[in-house]
Amino acid sequence: MTEASSTFQAIANLVPEGARVLDLGCGDGSLLAYLQRERQCSGYGIEFDDSNVLACVRRGVNVLQLNLEDGLAIFEDNSFDVVLQIDTLQHLRNAEVMLRETARIGKQGVVAFPNFAHWPNRLSILQGRMPVTKRLPYQWYDTPNIRVGTYKDFEVLALKNKLRILDSFGLQGGEVRRWLPNARAGTAVFHFEHA
Amino acid sequence: MSFVATPQSMHFPEALPLQSGASIRDYDLAYETYGQLNADRSNAILVCHALNASHHVAGYYEGQAKSEGWWDNMIGPGKPVDTNQFFVIGVNNLGSCFGSTGPMHMNPDGGHVYGADFPVVTVEDWVDAQALLLDRLGITQLAAVLGGSLGGMQALSWTLQYPDRMRHAVVVASAPCLSAENIAFNEVARRAIVTDPDFHGGHFYREGVIPKRGLRIARMIGHITYLSDDVMNQKFGRQLREGLDLKYSTQDVEFQIESYLRYQGDKFSDYFDANTYLLITRALDYFDPAKPFGGDLTQALAGAKARFMLVSFSTDWRFSPARSREIVKALLDNRRTVSYAEIDAPHGHDAFLLDDARYMGVMRSYFDNMARELTAGQTSAQEAV
Repeated sequence: MTEASSTFQAIANLVPEGARVLDLGCGDGSLLAYLQRERQCSGYGIEFDDSNVLACVRRGVNVLQLNLEDGLAIFEDNSFDVVLQIDTLQHLRNAEVMLRETARIGKQGVVAFPNFAHWPNRLSILQGRMPVTKRLPYQWYDTPNIRVGTYKDFEVLALKNKLRILDSFGLQGGEVRRWLPNARAGTAVFHFEHA
Repeated sequence: MSFVATPQSMHFPEALPLQSGASIRDYDLAYETYGQLNADRSNAILVCHALNASHHVAGYYEGQAKSEGWWDNMIGPGKPVDTNQFFVIGVNNLGSCFGSTGPMHMNPDGGHVYGADFPVVTVEDWVDAQALLLDRLGITQLAAVLGGSLGGMQALSWTLQYPDRMRHAVVVASAPCLSAENIAFNEVARRAIVTDPDFHGGHFYREGVIPKRGLRIARMIGHITYLSDDVMNQKFGRQLREGLDLKYSTQDVEFQIESYLRYQGDKFSDYFDANTYLLITRALDYFDPAKPFGGDLTQALAGAKARFMLVSFSTDWRFSPARSREIVKALLDNRRTVSYAEIDAPHGHDAFLLDDARYMGVMRSYFDNMARELTAGQTSAQEAV
C-alpha cells in the first residue's frame, strides 16, 4: 500500500459509512472519490485552484470552486455529518474562524496538518535553520504554508474553541502513531465534534 | 470550419397556453440538430439560447462562410459537447426574429402581422414549447439541458417544469433572477426602442419603417454590460479615432469606443426585430422561480432532480458569480448533486461564448463523464437482456 493510500485509509476510518461529507480544500478530489467508493459517502469538495477543480470534475466528484478565505456562509449549521480539513488549515489566513466554521457546519470534523514538532523539524531548528523536509518541502521565504503549528498546539486551540476531541493521532509514512505523536509524526490528525 | 448545419422547422397547430393567460396557435419552432440520436434515445442535449441568439448553435450554413453557429467553439465533433457522442438540439424561442413564430409573422386571428400584438412570452412558456418539440422528436428524457445567460435560466426552469425529463442541467453565466440593476438596463433599452418615432406602438411594419435608432441604442447599452471595464480599456482605452487631435465636437465619433459601439448598434439594428427585443428583455425581467415561494430559492428548487454543473466568470458583472452561488446554495440546501466552477476570466459576461482553457476543460470533462454514463447505461441494459 502506498503512503498516500494508507493516509487515506487512516482518515477514511474516521468517516462513518454513508456519511455526508464536505471536504474543505479537497485538492484533486481523490479522497472524496475514495470515500464515495469505499465507504458509500456523498458530498462535496471545496477547492480554489483551477487545475484541482478540473481534476475533480474529471473524476466525477462534486466540487465547488470557492475561496475558503471568503467564509462558508453558503453552508447551513449541521448540514454535514463530517467536515474534512485535510492539509488545508496551514494555508488559511483565518484558520481559527475556519475551524469554528467546520464545527458549525459538520456534526463532526477531521483536521490533518503538518506537525511542526516532528523531531526532524526540531533538529533542524536546533541547528538554527527552518526545516525543509518531505512533509514541509518549502523554503521559509517561499511557502504556501502560512501557519505552522504542532500536534500539541492544536489540542490547545481545540480546547479554546470548545471542541470535544473524539480521537487524535499522528501519521508518519502512512502509519498511525499513537505513542508520542507530537515528536514522532509528520502529520497531526484530529477527529472532533462540537461540545 | 466545422460541419454544415441545416435549419429545420416544426409546425404546431394546437394552441399553447401561455403564462399570461393568452395562448398562441399555429406557430412554428425553428431548430437544428447535430449528431445522431442513439438507439435508446438517451443522448439528446437541448441547448437554450441567450438574448440575441437562435437555433443556429453550431456548424455553418452551406455556402455562407460567416454563418458559424453562436456556440460553435463548444459544440461539434470532438468539441467539449461532442456531437460524435451526443445528439444536440438547438431551438429558437417563440417570439424570436430568427425563424420561430414571432412578431414579424402573420397573426392567424388578425390577418396581418402580429407586431405589438404578439403575446408576452416567459421563460416557462419557452420551456413548454421546447418540451412539445421534444415530444415530436420522440425524446422522453434529455441527457442534459445546457444554456448560458438567459439560456441558463431556461435550463434552470427545465429542472423545475420537467424534472423527470432531464438528467443534467448545465447552467453557465446565469442567475436565478435579474437584479434591479439588470432590469434597469433592460428598461433603458426598451425605452430607447419605444420612444423611437419609427416605433408606431409596435406596428411599424404597417408603416414600412424600422425603429433603428432605438435598436441601436438598446444594443449599445447591452453591449457595455456584456464586457468588463478591463477588457474595454484594453481594447479601446481612451484612443481617439483620428490621431491625437480633439475635435471639440459633441456630435462626432471621437473615441474608438464610440465608434465600436455605433458599429455594433448599426449591425444589430439591421437584423434584430424591435418587438422581439422588447419581448425577450421582458422574459428576462419576469423570470423568478422563487417568486411563488415568497422569494425562497431553496424551496423553489426543492423539486429539481437534475444533476447540476454551474459555471460563472469572475468579471461578469451582469450575471455575477454571486448570483450563480445563490443557485448553488439553494441546491446545497436541497442536497442536490452540484458542481460549480468560478472561472477567473477577464472578459465579463461575454466570456461564456469565448475560448478559455479552464472553462472549456471543465465543460469537456463534465460532458465526457456524461458520455461515459451513456455507454455504461447501454452496457448494463445489454447485460440485462
